[in-house]
Amino acid sequence: MTMILGIPLMVLFGQLMLGLINGAFYALLSLGLAVIFGLLRIINFAHGAQYMLGAFAALLGAQYLGLNYWTALIVVPLVVGALGIVVERFLLRRIQHLDHLYGLLLTFGLALILEGTLVNLFGVSGSSYPIPEALSGGFKLSFMFLPTYRAWVLVAALVVCFGVWFLIERTRLGAYLRAGTENPELVQAFGINVPLMVSLTYGLGVALAAFAGVLAAPLYPVSPTMGSSLLIVVFAVVVIGGMGSILGAILTGLAMGLIEGLTKVFYPEAANTVIFVVMVMVLMLRPAGLFGKEA
Amino acid sequence: MMGSLLSAGITQADISDGVIKIGYLADMSGTYRDLAGPGGLDALKMAVEDFGGSVNGMPIEVLSADDRNSADVGANTVRGWIDQQNVDMVAGLVASSVSIAVTRILAEQDTLGIVSGSAASSITNEHCTPNHVHWVYDTYPLAHGTAKAIVDEGGDSWFLLTADYAFGHALEGDVEKVVNENGGTIVGKVRHPFPTSDFSSYILQAQGSGAKIVGLANAGSDTVNALTTASQFGVVQAGQSLAGLLIFLNDVHALGLEVAQGLQLTTGWYWDLNDETRVWSQRYHERNARMPTMVQAGIYSSTLHYLNAVAATGSDDTATVRAKMGETPVNDMFANNGTIRADGRMVHDMYLVKVKAPSESQGEWDVYDVIRTIPGAEAYRPLADSQCELVKG
Repeated sequence: MTMILGIPLMVLFGQLMLGLINGAFYALLSLGLAVIFGLLRIINFAHGAQYMLGAFAALLGAQYLGLNYWTALIVVPLVVGALGIVVERFLLRRIQHLDHLYGLLLTFGLALILEGTLVNLFGVSGSSYPIPEALSGGFKLSFMFLPTYRAWVLVAALVVCFGVWFLIERTRLGAYLRAGTENPELVQAFGINVPLMVSLTYGLGVALAAFAGVLAAPLYPVSPTMGSSLLIVVFAVVVIGGMGSILGAILTGLAMGLIEGLTKVFYPEAANTVIFVVMVMVLMLRPAGLFGKEA
Repeated sequence: MMGSLLSAGITQADISDGVIKIGYLADMSGTYRDLAGPGGLDALKMAVEDFGGSVNGMPIEVLSADDRNSADVGANTVRGWIDQQNVDMVAGLVASSVSIAVTRILAEQDTLGIVSGSAASSITNEHCTPNHVHWVYDTYPLAHGTAKAIVDEGGDSWFLLTADYAFGHALEGDVEKVVNENGGTIVGKVRHPFPTSDFSSYILQAQGSGAKIVGLANAGSDTVNALTTASQFGVVQAGQSLAGLLIFLNDVHALGLEVAQGLQLTTGWYWDLNDETRVWSQRYHERNARMPTMVQAGIYSSTLHYLNAVAATGSDDTATVRAKMGETPVNDMFANNGTIRADGRMVHDMYLVKVKAPSESQGEWDVYDVIRTIPGAEAYRPLADSQCELVKG
């Protein structure tokens, strides 16, 4: 069998595949953050909590309302996104004119309140959410056993990432959005409702986090702290990609998944830190991030 | 209990400030909240209530604090309790790092502590003091109970997933020793960062190793995540078995039986062992809407044993109470003829259990089949092997 650095080639293929799947997931989460920062200049520290809320909504929906996975995948992002709009309308808008730091503190506070409340209600051990029938089992590839659900996460995350990129970068609505954040007065003068667009954009970012949460629910135990552990990694991805760059978030997410996957094979102890090492190197060489525009 | 109360006949003056104060220190909000946390505090309060709320006419007061799994926070809290509040006994004590730091303060200040949540066997080995007792379990029986039973049944090649910090390393070392001594081999291992949410890569490595047994030398959310991932990757269906080395009832409950079924583990106690444990657990369930973990049950049992010793001696002097606790066997819903050794280890029977399949379970908390009772003398580290200063020649 062909070996690379003492690892059989086949095993390496399997690890790369898993890295890609995790990367797609990072990309999806980073995307929501990048959209919110890129268009609204809000550092959304509640993103992890909103992701967790997505997973919890799917779990509670299944337990109390009989909501199935496929419905949850559509309904939960809409509901959590709508909550996001309420937060934007009644809280974030009031501090819009202040320094970015206030947005960060406000969203961080919101995240702590959400997490603390759910810890008190449900404890920290979490609960399991079953994998939907149609996606259970897996494929026996020549180099690994690939659970169907993981393959589905890869496809769903990539499709949504591409869709959002297309919406913002290639459609007229996206052009209005970008223009509206560059020069709100001018765009308003053209008769476009800029405050509404801002609300919808924040809602979209939050909905993306919730969508990732529903995707994650069958993979990890659904627990109130599931978001906070992931948030720091996702922030690192966004910083490496360049704050606010949509394409940067997607490509960096995928790349970081792969790098983390390879680290898990060659030096597992460093798997949790490798992304931050990359972040430090990128910040030293290109402070605006790989895809960011120099200020 | 009433007997000892009456026969004691001791005056109030023997108890330093006319009140027995118990401080409950545990993780109330983090990773270990569900296995001890607020539920453990309630178990302690149940013991105080069952005792009648007072000892020889003197009230029992309970204080509590969140140590946030920080040795510093824990040590400072306990120092404050002793200096300013005259706390007589510290209970709970979950994260091993916190327990070791706190027991040093207890030794300096000559106050008593009962460790119920911690795993490290070093707490009554190289870190033993005359001032603390370790009640529920430790890493020695976890490794010896589970690993030995599995090797004996033919699970002789192991792949270990180890949490990369002191507790994981200690457990890994113990397991390797047991596996090797019993004729098995460790074919591979991987040390993963603590904590880790995605175990897919490590599970793939375990599958590639061809080992019969995938041993999990980690705890809490890491174990839960590893087991969930193993289930998705069809580890058991492909012919490998999983061995959890430190798993609590709340972990199995969180995982669900679909994922956890077939898993063997060692526990210090289970709510469904006998009528006495069932009756007590039902009372606990009515107050907390959950069944108690072994740690929560141990907190109740140890508090009651402590209060009985205070009542019997009529004193809150540490050495006097500790001596009385040591000479009285522990007989309650937690232990049958348990004994507290000179090194502070409370030796009692442990249980090798297997997680039920969903079809075998009668209810939400009906999760274990008890396969074997491991007698206390066999389960715990023999005194002859101890490095504790109190017992070394």
